[in-house]
Amino acid sequence: MSPAIITTILGLLLVIFGIWVGDNANLLPIDASTNATIYDQLFSVLLSIGTILFFGMLGLVLYSLIRFRRKPGQEGDGSAIEDNLPLEIFWTIVPTVVILFVGLYSYDIYDRMGGMQQLDLSGHNHQGQETMVEEERIWGGIGSGSVEDKSKSSLESIPIDVTAMQFAFLFHYPEGDFISGELHVPVGKPISMRMESKDVIHAFWVPEFRIKQDIIPGQPTILSFTAQKEGKYPIICAELCGPYHGGMRSNVIVEDTSSYTDWLLKNAKNTIT
Amino acid sequence: MTISLDNSKEGETKSLQPKGWLRYFSFSLDHKVIGLQYLVCGFIFYLIGGLLASAIRIELTSPLSDFLPRDVYNQVLTLHGTIMIFLWIVPVVNGAFGNYLIPFYVGARDMAFPRLNAVAFWLIPPSGLLLISSYFITGAAQSGWTAYPPLSITTPAAGQMIWILSVLLLGGSSIFGGINFIATILKLRRPGLKLMQLPMYCWAMLGTSILIVLSTPVLAGTLVLLSFDIVAHTGFFNPSLGGNVVVYQHLFWFYSHPAVYIMVLPAFGLVSEILPVHCRKPLFGYTTMVYSIMAIVVLGFVVWAHHMFTSGTPPWMRLFFTIATSFIAVPTGIKFFNWVATLWGGRISLNSAVLFSCGFIVNFVLGGITGVALAQVPFDVHVHDTYFVVAHFHYIVYGGSVFVIFSSIYHWYPKVTGRMLNEDLGRFHFALTFIGFNLCFAPQHWLGLNGMPRRVAEYDPQFTFVNQLSSVGALIMAISILPFLWNIIQSTFRGPVSGNNPWNALTPEWLTSSPPPIENWIGPPPLVKEPYGYGRNNKDSNEITTDT
Repeated sequence: MSPAIITTILGLLLVIFGIWVGDNANLLPIDASTNATIYDQLFSVLLSIGTILFFGMLGLVLYSLIRFRRKPGQEGDGSAIEDNLPLEIFWTIVPTVVILFVGLYSYDIYDRMGGMQQLDLSGHNHQGQETMVEEERIWGGIGSGSVEDKSKSSLESIPIDVTAMQFAFLFHYPEGDFISGELHVPVGKPISMRMESKDVIHAFWVPEFRIKQDIIPGQPTILSFTAQKEGKYPIICAELCGPYHGGMRSNVIVEDTSSYTDWLLKNAKNTIT
Repeated sequence: MTISLDNSKEGETKSLQPKGWLRYFSFSLDHKVIGLQYLVCGFIFYLIGGLLASAIRIELTSPLSDFLPRDVYNQVLTLHGTIMIFLWIVPVVNGAFGNYLIPFYVGARDMAFPRLNAVAFWLIPPSGLLLISSYFITGAAQSGWTAYPPLSITTPAAGQMIWILSVLLLGGSSIFGGINFIATILKLRRPGLKLMQLPMYCWAMLGTSILIVLSTPVLAGTLVLLSFDIVAHTGFFNPSLGGNVVVYQHLFWFYSHPAVYIMVLPAFGLVSEILPVHCRKPLFGYTTMVYSIMAIVVLGFVVWAHHMFTSGTPPWMRLFFTIATSFIAVPTGIKFFNWVATLWGGRISLNSAVLFSCGFIVNFVLGGITGVALAQVPFDVHVHDTYFVVAHFHYIVYGGSVFVIFSSIYHWYPKVTGRMLNEDLGRFHFALTFIGFNLCFAPQHWLGLNGMPRRVAEYDPQFTFVNQLSSVGALIMAISILPFLWNIIQSTFRGPVSGNNPWNALTPEWLTSSPPPIENWIGPPPLVKEPYGYGRNNKDSNEITTDT
């Protein structure tokens, strides 16, 4: 077989291997939010591309080192090849195309996660018009104080006020006007959190939800998500916040609507209609 | 008394520094002495930073915070990061190799500003001692090397202030060095030597110096404002006084992302010098290499906010920085393809220098791939501030820059000492370092993906085994330093004499005696128009002329 055919076959095998790894490698925790499922699609694509590139480069370096090593007694220099324009154009264009593809794909993922939505506008959505988007709107950035309007106008999104401090999270449920140290959310319902810090920067991270947002003193941030799998997952502070940073953890309990309602009623200070 | 200008100059040089080993402890103006001062000083700080890393890895062998007191743990991780970046990698890849090599490469007898050069070096040991002393006096800074307010404002002020002072001095040293390199490369070139004939390391240092000179002052200004917040209770970054903590992050990363290129671009340059010599081939794609370096410099200034995707950043900004960051992969990729093409068809000596350079290529490709992934906002929001990021940047700065530093030491040791290192010990050192490094950091990707944040002393017990695996890797890395040190020490005294040019290299630093005389060449500097002219039949006519 000619070297060209062998190279083509090896290249195809590498691509198949990369795609297989991307599809089958189980490197992430359970996907407990709608956001996580979308995230895992992106991860799988990035892992495939990364595997192909890494093992391709590793193979080229190892092959060169073995094939072109100086054998005992060998004298003289290698070939004086200084450049090869078609080859250089090829390996400029291919990464550019890959980067553009990754960029467009992750833009699409970002958009499906709701990242491109303007926060201050999201509170004024007309019902029905942007239903899907509203359900999938996963995170926000710096809030503009429109959360309360939003919670009334947007579809049944449950508002929760999060306060972070050294070294704990507090979750205030406006519906029952009480504070909990653990976050309880019903499965399948959009949650909208308004987060504020009392002291230093903290970050709200639930690995199983694939979401993270810094909680910044002096600037409320907004984070929205919809849990899709029941269970108990860790809430982790991801921004260095002091000596007990590693211990700043809580739990989010995702439960069915009736258990959630029971819990809410049991803890509520005022009567809920 | 009538003496010629040349003699008086020579007399001055001699009187300024003691003879023998004492000159390494003097305010020497010789660029080669200063280069070695940077290297040895940096290496001592590397050992200290490594001890701190060992303390971190020991703490993390168990899921409880049981080895160091919690506040000490945060001091240790702050010192580890600060020492490794500002006292080891930046001074060594720039100051050490830059000072030693750049005057040779441009055909000069010294740097453009020798006194400024010595000042730049002599700022480093006191700043380093100042930084470390803070631990013993009042307790060191506890807010990480990023010193994000308000944490840096609320933690004990003395340690944080000493940290700021020390980083300011080191930043000053870095700026002095950057100005000196720009002036030397652009203005001190030997007549007849064109820019596009310079060895690649000159281009890397030119690009790096531009980054240093333009971005470091921003860090300095930011840290001065932060110090006002701490001691004068101003409110630039203090939210309780109306300050904005996100502004600090923008200013900090405007320097600290280019700082990554300040650590890796010189490494790219050094690899470009080492590989052609040992592959006996020209450096592939010289012109595209130059443009790639400059593209990285330009793009390096517009990517900083990818460190802030989970802070308060509006959607358009997240998107812009995703795209800009991703595109850095294109010029970087070109450089890596060029190095592989340099290997291709060569007559490669599999010595320690080549092994470390190839280890660098493999490690950096992995770090680059995770880097492109991290540039994607939706990917980053999950793994930001986790061990995935820790793994990523150690693949860049250790798997990248530190591997290249070792490769360079193996390559230029005969130049500096006139003796050869022991190759078997060198390959053993490489094997230990490569295995230890990958065992230490590869599993950390998984830790981050599965829920372990960075900068923690305690973690979920499900991560115990993988953390212990990582710590074993760190132990192997720590041990790997022993064969290296032994090799260096015993070869200095008993290594076989190398001759002037043991690698048969064509770059100008080898066209003089090893070790070189005080002003680099006895006669006029040679004109090397083709520093990578290997494999040419007409090699003898390769313009190694000495006429001016």
